[in-house]
Amino acid sequence: MTFKAPVELLPRPANLSRRGFVGSLSAGILGAVATEAAGAETLADVPDRGPGADLSAHSDRSRFARIDRIPEATPGKRNVDPGDAINSKTPHQKLVGNITPTDLHYERSHSGVPDIDPAQHRLLIHGMVRKPLVFSVDDLKRMPSITRVVFIECTGNGWENWKKADPDLTVQNTHGLVSTNEWTGVPLKFLIDLVSKDKGSNWMLAEGGDGAGVDRSIPLTDEIMNEAFVAYGQNGEPLRPAHGFPMRLVMPGFEGNLNIKWLRRLKFGNAPWMTRWETARYTQLLADGKARQFQLRMETNSVITQPSGMMQIQPGDNRISGLAWSGHGRIAKVEISTDGARTWKQAQLSQPVLSKAQVRFQMDWVWDGKPTKIVSRSTDDQGNVQPDRQSFIAAMGTNALFHYNAQQTWSIDEAGRVRNVLA
Amino acid sequence: MSSHSKLFLTGLFVAGLLAAPALAFDFGRPATLEEIKLWDIDVGPDGKGLPDGSGTAVQGKQVFSDNCAVCHGENGQGGIKDRLAGGQGTLASSMPVKTVGSFWPYATTLYDYIHRAMPYPTPGSLSIDETYAVTAYILSLNGIIPADGKVDRESLPRIRMPNRDGFIPQPEFDPAKLFRKK
Repeated sequence: MTFKAPVELLPRPANLSRRGFVGSLSAGILGAVATEAAGAETLADVPDRGPGADLSAHSDRSRFARIDRIPEATPGKRNVDPGDAINSKTPHQKLVGNITPTDLHYERSHSGVPDIDPAQHRLLIHGMVRKPLVFSVDDLKRMPSITRVVFIECTGNGWENWKKADPDLTVQNTHGLVSTNEWTGVPLKFLIDLVSKDKGSNWMLAEGGDGAGVDRSIPLTDEIMNEAFVAYGQNGEPLRPAHGFPMRLVMPGFEGNLNIKWLRRLKFGNAPWMTRWETARYTQLLADGKARQFQLRMETNSVITQPSGMMQIQPGDNRISGLAWSGHGRIAKVEISTDGARTWKQAQLSQPVLSKAQVRFQMDWVWDGKPTKIVSRSTDDQGNVQPDRQSFIAAMGTNALFHYNAQQTWSIDEAGRVRNVLA
Repeated sequence: MSSHSKLFLTGLFVAGLLAAPALAFDFGRPATLEEIKLWDIDVGPDGKGLPDGSGTAVQGKQVFSDNCAVCHGENGQGGIKDRLAGGQGTLASSMPVKTVGSFWPYATTLYDYIHRAMPYPTPGSLSIDETYAVTAYILSLNGIIPADGKVDRESLPRIRMPNRDGFIPQPEFDPAKLFRKK
């Protein structure tokens, strides 16, 4: 009697040998986690147990699970020398669950990552306040704290697909500039009470301690006053330097650039400052040449991560999985189409579904082996529906560069190859 | 009353004395005017925050050549980093070119950004007059001020940038309407 691994029971395209199939697994493009190159045909092939490595000061990932971000320069310039990179993207195709591992949270900086000694770092709060104050990191840690799971998304996320769809893109390339972590810190409201902000001050300038001194004007709406916080913790540990150590602003639901890292100054005033970032940079150029400004909130969005660009699937049982998020609130539902947006089925959401945090959605699917297109569409609890690409581009044009949230379509050919396409 | 509860009440009284007048200072310390001045670098569109000083486009050409041209190109074009001049009239085309001249709505922002972030390897290394001079030079490259023009804290906010009216605030966060009393 011969013994076959379950995968052998499924029909496989003739051009895909077992060696090739396993090889693609080891390259990590199929499945959530890369597995070892030589498979175990029978249980007798599984290596014997024995004493393992010594315990260590911190736990590294398995050498069989290689998961890396991709440093990138301008759109389409990937795997560049880190010195030329302006961001580094989260490998969503290799992750599971709702939370992004800390070391894989996307990174975007405008003058590198400063090496800040927390003992020397200070936060100055001044402007239209009765009592301008200076805080140390220890001061913040003695204050009342909150902990909240929040996504942060670069306003440039999705920038690869504005004008065309490069078929060779992975979901890391198309959507790797959004991640979700648990952040811990002090409510902005508490700090505002300490300095006694003037009632007439409705805008706040937040400034970083990085080389670029990145600064943004933030409107103090009720929502922002209730939800913004100055974080010093990330997934149970101090912030990583790339994410703002020793303290950063967290603005749930608002564009990444507002979540000022390496925060060192908050100034209160009664009008926006019109910084470079809110005028020349993160504004959306419309087709008529006018630009939309203060588009601060991240939109309702979703993307299928499994299967996604550059993967290969087999006919038969498949699991579709992806991530959905909205800057407006909680994701209410995610629908999946496996026939190019003609018909839709509701996906399951992985609990907990939190406001302004990414949530994983999943659905079983039997692929009949015929070429098709798969796409997801999210709806949030405010009733916002993720737009299809056609209506999105009709409204925004193709020059906006920021806040791309059109539905993402992946095509699947007769060999099971998954590729990036425009709808 | 036991000595224990007496001690407790005394403790409460002392804590109350300490806490009441100094509540805000339980966290942090007062910022002095002198130290606020060191960090208070932001410049508003009305020119608030601009320091005393001035610079000409002619002076700025040299400062630019020494500090900026390696990234932005000799005339603010053709470098490896953002193009600073030209592009006017391209914003509605399929290949928009966003530069200081074609896109930036306020000249004050240019001073602020150069002062806080440039030159990239050594931000803050230019003097106030040098910063005004580079600002003037970039504006002159875009034909916004003459080649022998000069800028200072009075003139910079009065410059009307070509794309000043090119921005439409997102209704939800329109500064003109956001905090208007209902």
